[in-house]
Amino acid sequence: MMYLDAFVHSPFWHSPQVWHALFITTSAGVVSAVVGVFIVLRGQSFAGHILTDVGATGASASFLFSINSWYGFLSFGLLAGAGMEALGKRTRGRDTATGLVLSFFMGLGALFLFLDTRVSNTADVTMSVLFGSVFTADPNTTPWLIGTSAATLLVVAAIYRPLLICSIDAEWAQARGIPVRWVGLLFMLAFVVAAEDSALAMGALLSTAFLMGPAAAGVRIAHRIGAAIGISALLAVMAAWLGVGLAYASYNWPPAGRGYPCSFLIADILFMEYLGAGMAARWRAHIRRLGGKRCT
Amino acid sequence: MLDVRDVHVHLAERLVLAGVQFQIEAGEFVGLIGPNGAGKTTLLKTILGLVTPDLGQVLVDNRPIRRGNPAIGYVPQKVHLDPDTPLRGRDFVALGLDGVRWGVPLPRRSRRERVERALGSVQALTYADAPVGRLSGGELQRLQIAQALVGEPRLLLVDEPLSNLDIRNAHEVVRLLHELARSRGMAILLVAHDLNPLLSALDKVVYLARGRSMAGRTDEVMTSESLSRLYGYPVEVMRTRGRIVVVGGPDMHLVPPEAADHAGLGEWEATTP
Ligand SMILES: Nc1ncnc2c1ncn2[C@@H]1O[C@H](COP(=O)(O)OP(=O)(O)OP(=O)(O)O)[C@@H](O)[C@H]1O
Ligand SMILES: [Mg+2]
Repeated sequence: MMYLDAFVHSPFWHSPQVWHALFITTSAGVVSAVVGVFIVLRGQSFAGHILTDVGATGASASFLFSINSWYGFLSFGLLAGAGMEALGKRTRGRDTATGLVLSFFMGLGALFLFLDTRVSNTADVTMSVLFGSVFTADPNTTPWLIGTSAATLLVVAAIYRPLLICSIDAEWAQARGIPVRWVGLLFMLAFVVAAEDSALAMGALLSTAFLMGPAAAGVRIAHRIGAAIGISALLAVMAAWLGVGLAYASYNWPPAGRGYPCSFLIADILFMEYLGAGMAARWRAHIRRLGGKRCT
Repeated sequence: MLDVRDVHVHLAERLVLAGVQFQIEAGEFVGLIGPNGAGKTTLLKTILGLVTPDLGQVLVDNRPIRRGNPAIGYVPQKVHLDPDTPLRGRDFVALGLDGVRWGVPLPRRSRRERVERALGSVQALTYADAPVGRLSGGELQRLQIAQALVGEPRLLLVDEPLSNLDIRNAHEVVRLLHELARSRGMAILLVAHDLNPLLSALDKVVYLARGRSMAGRTDEVMTSESLSRLYGYPVEVMRTRGRIVVVGGPDMHLVPPEAADHAGLGEWEATTP
């Protein structure tokens, strides 16, 4: 009771930064978790890396011009998404070319980051682009982030069934009269928003933790797509809140007064969840086998 | 029901179909037979509207084809499913019912019952709750058929359903399809490269070779004379113990005529009428 009381009245809940951090990580986490299940189904996790890496270049450029970094992430992410859509099937089997274009953008990003430190004379920019900035993000971004995440979830819900068929077998989808191209385009849009929202919250380097972690765990545990999405979203929210809570508490951990990066904590929680999901899946299969034996 | 008229199809500068012609009526069970690479899958894709013919046309119910016609059910030759795909058998079948609709599916009783009936008609109820990615080839084959059936099509196109099945299951699937054609008046076009498991059930054969077709009753098509005309070189159709064997066709593992020529074994050419 005492603990509960202390928990409810903790200054944690009265800090606007904390609330912004919770909103940012939750909305980025949920949208990534939902879109992530389809990314796993479609085998597009490499595209996730491309989107966030190119997005990071945009974010580092945005600091040069003192623009909100989320716009940098999103605009460059859209550019990368459009590029991948335009090339479409032709990128398949062209890993070398893709890798080279990617390293060009990352080189550009490095240059921007270098120029950023010259202008503002601080290493914080690099940290926030690469490792996220939940506590220091511009508060004006939060409503945009929540809005785009919600809109993206609506889009995914609207194309849910055709998207599922396209993800299983594109040719079969075409035979059934599904506008495969449009569904793919809408999904790419959802993918960009999920990747860049998650890049803002987690940083470009750790954003794939949100994109892949909960979805991979959900797909391992669940045998139904709806359940996989539900579990994935739940795991993402749990990791977000636990991560923000621990990051807040970590200001009192040794070495005192520094605090641990939130994205690092969230990524680690997501990894634990993934390991837990693996164990749950094995345990479930084991129970089934025992049950099966008894039946026969 | 289905009217294929003088269809020509080029793929990558190659003439794959060069004048294919046949008709199927409601309730007919038709085998589309031909060696590997004859263009059987290409022909199905043309009927589905995925491939546009360069010449000729395909009519379904006397109207030009369009993609996504719900009157046509399609069972593709192969689907690749990851073992971890989070779909159970019944979810997979349900996608055949309303998978093209927008939005999230609502659980309705009529929907569940139709899926259940389709699962029952292919005897797949025992593994309907298992993840589809982990089913055997034969089990998945049945689910694919159920998925095509659940939309109650009037024309069913099935691409090589028997290649994954052992003889017992192959006969079982043929019997099942035969019965569906009879009881529901559904026209079925089934692709196979071996005619024999189908012999007793087929109403009609469409034989495809060198881009051209020969259609009719089995005993009309499967004669040395008509197949030799189709192949353009003499092949012999033999009947032994209720089986039909085409000797000298490229689907037999014998020396093909071109290779025979090179090897100086020119008997095949020598007997050309
Ligand atoms: N998209 C394509 N582009 C170019 N050529 C193609 C394409 N699809 C098929 N082909 C060629 O067309 C020919 C017919 O192919 P198809 O898949 O229709 O044969 P099939 O009769 O179904 O053979 P199988 O029994 O092996 O399934 C083959 O030689 C194939 O190489
Ligand atoms: Mg084929």
